[in-house]
Amino acid sequence: MRTRRTTLAATVAIASLALAACGGDEADETAAGPPVAEAPEFEPGTTMAELAEAGTITVGTKFDQPGFGLENLEGEVEGFDVEVAKIIAAELGIAPEDIDFVETPSAVREEVIEGGEVDMVVATYTINDERRERVSFAGPYYVAGQQIMVRSDNTTITGPESFMENPDATVCTVTGSTPSENIRPYLASEQEQLVLFDEYSQCVDALSNGTVDAVTTDNVILLGYVAESDGAFKLVGEQFTEEPYGIGIERGDVAFCEFINETLAENEEAYVEAWESTAGQVEGAETPELPEPAPCS
Amino acid sequence: MDAVTENLDDYVSGFLTSLSIILWSLVGSLVLGMLIAACRVSPVPPLQRFGAFWVTTFRNTPLSVVLFFCAFGLPELGVIRSFFFFGVLGLVLYTSAFVCEAVRSGINSVSAGQAEAARSIGLNFTQSLRFVVLPQALRTVVPPLGSVIIAMFKNSAVVGAFGVGGDLWSTGLTLTSARGYETLPVFIGVALGFLLITLPAGALLHVIERKVAIAR
Repeated sequence: MRTRRTTLAATVAIASLALAACGGDEADETAAGPPVAEAPEFEPGTTMAELAEAGTITVGTKFDQPGFGLENLEGEVEGFDVEVAKIIAAELGIAPEDIDFVETPSAVREEVIEGGEVDMVVATYTINDERRERVSFAGPYYVAGQQIMVRSDNTTITGPESFMENPDATVCTVTGSTPSENIRPYLASEQEQLVLFDEYSQCVDALSNGTVDAVTTDNVILLGYVAESDGAFKLVGEQFTEEPYGIGIERGDVAFCEFINETLAENEEAYVEAWESTAGQVEGAETPELPEPAPCS
Repeated sequence: MDAVTENLDDYVSGFLTSLSIILWSLVGSLVLGMLIAACRVSPVPPLQRFGAFWVTTFRNTPLSVVLFFCAFGLPELGVIRSFFFFGVLGLVLYTSAFVCEAVRSGINSVSAGQAEAARSIGLNFTQSLRFVVLPQALRTVVPPLGSVIIAMFKNSAVVGAFGVGGDLWSTGLTLTSARGYETLPVFIGVALGFLLITLPAGALLHVIERKVAIAR
């Protein structure tokens, strides 16, 4: 597996370079982040009181998702998810440098919450009912939508429906991701049409050398690749899903969930700034409005 | 084990995909491996050198690298096929080197004296091969070849990481990450799927070994 590791490392390195290159001075602005609350008061016994008392918080996030959570060359993670975590921590009186970010790939997100290894997970974490059986979600703080990316010269694929009409057309996405589940009903044959890799960068390679005809995932991720491709790729069709990203916390912690929702609602300005300094830097990305929070349970 | 029973359909289709990777690779690597072994023991020097080069290359390259070259290198050279094809091809190339060496060791284990003795008691070439050389060679080859084949069965899980969606391994990842099932039961299910293939294969090899066993 040595080479695959190296590829991953190289991809991460290149991506963070690219991000650093276009991030530049904005990164310094967000380093300040929202003002950290001084000695906030919480009801004793709540998660907030415990965290404020401890003065640190452990947050699970992705380390390989450009725009949302990506480890840079200095070993710090940056992205929209990271900034959202900072907003919440600030309200608890915890400074950004006291947040302990832990890498949390998709497969272990429920496990680390149930095991108490992290206090919350902010990791492009789509809220769904299966996951609700194991963890609780605050938010959503962002609603992504799945879309399709093809080579610019492709005229046969015009949206997810095209895969039924063109049983030869193949589509690539990441193993075990929500996009891989969402695209299944649109395919004439999973065996023939669905190509799965560990990382989106491999799908993009396969798209550019012609082994697959399309790549599908959340639009913000695709927009990043379209911007990088110099006109080689384009997005087709409308967004055909809604992926509400939530903040995973221990199941049943209603007080903490409500606290997070209130915090986000009160810090609209910091929220917009967080977006614009990270995922919003990709050309074509629209600044979202904070979605209506789902009821806490 | 709800995770397994609720998603039995996915497990079955994952199992079948893995099984077809395995069967194609089994046929491919046995045929190719024997051809390469024939090259290595042949009296023709260029063929010997070709066989040695083949074994050196593929035996000393990690499987993931071979698969990587098949899945991402060949398309750059204009070979556009499915990732299933690339995956099986990579596994066949890699395994053929090991099959070749196992087969060659068997052939070399039968001393020239055996063949000479067979000739001297009046057996013709076919008879000496049929009754003297091959039975002994086979007996030596079965255990190492069996290990190579079972290792190949398990290596087929690596193919799942190179674009082949829906083999047992990616089915496990889909269940844990996308659908939020607990990791342990899901991957116990994956392991059971592989055992369903490897255990009968092991038993079959044992039967074959006993069949060809001759007291020396």
